[in-house]
Amino acid sequence: MDLPRYHRLRGAYYRLEGRRCTGCGAVAFPPRPACRGCGGRELEVHALAPRGRVHSFTEMATAPRGFDPPHLMALVELEDGPIIAAQLTDIDPEDIAIGMEVEMVTRRIQEKGPHGYLVYGYKFRPPVPRGEAS
Amino acid sequence: MRDDVFILGVGRTPVGEHWHLGLRELAAAAIFEALDDAGIESVDALYVGNMLSGGVNGQENLATLVADAAGLLPVEAYKVEAACASGGAAVRAATLAVASGAARVALAVGVEKMTDGVGETVAEGLATAADQDFEASHGFSFAGLSALLMRRYMHETGAARDDFAAFSINSHRNAAANGRAMFREAIDRDDFRRSPMVASPICVLDAAPICDGAAAVVVASREVLRSHHRPVRIAASAVATDTIDLGSRADILHLRSAAVSAERCFRHTGFGPDDVDLFEAHDAFTIIAALSLEACGFAPRGEALRFATEERIGLAGDLPMSTFGGLKGRGHPVGASGTYQVAEATLQLRGEAGPNQVAGARRALAQSVGGHGSVAVTHLLEV
Repeated sequence: MDLPRYHRLRGAYYRLEGRRCTGCGAVAFPPRPACRGCGGRELEVHALAPRGRVHSFTEMATAPRGFDPPHLMALVELEDGPIIAAQLTDIDPEDIAIGMEVEMVTRRIQEKGPHGYLVYGYKFRPPVPRGEAS
Repeated sequence: MRDDVFILGVGRTPVGEHWHLGLRELAAAAIFEALDDAGIESVDALYVGNMLSGGVNGQENLATLVADAAGLLPVEAYKVEAACASGGAAVRAATLAVASGAARVALAVGVEKMTDGVGETVAEGLATAADQDFEASHGFSFAGLSALLMRRYMHETGAARDDFAAFSINSHRNAAANGRAMFREAIDRDDFRRSPMVASPICVLDAAPICDGAAAVVVASREVLRSHHRPVRIAASAVATDTIDLGSRADILHLRSAAVSAERCFRHTGFGPDDVDLFEAHDAFTIIAALSLEACGFAPRGEALRFATEERIGLAGDLPMSTFGGLKGRGHPVGASGTYQVAEATLQLRGEAGPNQVAGARRALAQSVGGHGSVAVTHLLEV
């Protein structure tokens, strides 16, 4: 991902900013200009609660260029409703199960080569009790 | 459609790793064969289905390149892109051109030259069918996204990994008899079980290969028909879409684009799933074949794996699938696969499918699915 794109996406990547329809209240992530519930065009920025449950997951045999193994990918159903595609982290592949609780954490998502910048954004991990969060 | 549209000729290159052939040669070979098959020398329009020429081959303006290569200048020509469904979309474009009266004869060619890319180039190119901002840039490959569907399907239905083997076994069996297929050998359940993991629970033998190929279809209006033709009518043609990211769908196991486009074909013709004699499905992954069967109404929700027995989907079954090997066995040159499906279904309906022939086939459904169901193109063909 080149820098201008990363800059544009930082609200979504850092704060899980989706959109909430001012007409019907439907919440969407990824953000889009039209509401999928009612077709309304008046949407406001809405930061999603950073918690959810694993809806599905996979471990990829090889990580794509710029990503570290183990490459654990999931769909996470957030408390606010939307299902988000994200990497899982801080967990052994054999411990992942559909339905397990996870929370958002900001991590390095990809590296643009040895001399490039780092792209940070959301990943999900098993909840860490308050006071122990790293 | 306003006017009837007929397929008068088809062409297919062998599918495989064509190290000595480029986009030009592949597309032209399929076009020459289709024109010769139709006994036609010139066309009014050319639509080129392709997904990766920009990213993998560094070549856009592809339709101009192809028109030049095939000696068709100054024909109207442009590229049609709908991810893995590009080859089906090109047939749709040609069909619309003829149905509208804008063209008397139109040519659709699907072409993909994947082996020009090495290393990560092809995988990254394929991932552009997904949402780049919110899927691909987070490290989701195409196989990875399909794996999410398969895992969820197993969770909801209680199916085991091995239960998906029937699709691949069927595709390889049919490919073994198809001289233009990439994989000319049958596989069994043990091969499937032993196959290495790509993205759990997807193994190598769940997934269609990276390869090169081109297929072409000549379509024309009724006035072009001559006595030497063996026309196959495009009874219906439809395209539908769904969210590009998987997570935004109300139900990730319902391929809404596949369902809506098939339903449009059925509504337009008055036919239903029971009237279809064979189904060229988008078996890029076994899970997509299963979800397509359910979306089109051939199998009830959650029942596709029980449906997919050899007695049902084999060449002598109630609903033969992937009759020339499908994407899994014939090969999946991405933006060409949808055109291969239509060309193969045409041969079936002409009774010219040789050892792959489905006896007495009169109606075929060909469905090309892109981006895990974010777009689907469905054609219902009839003789």
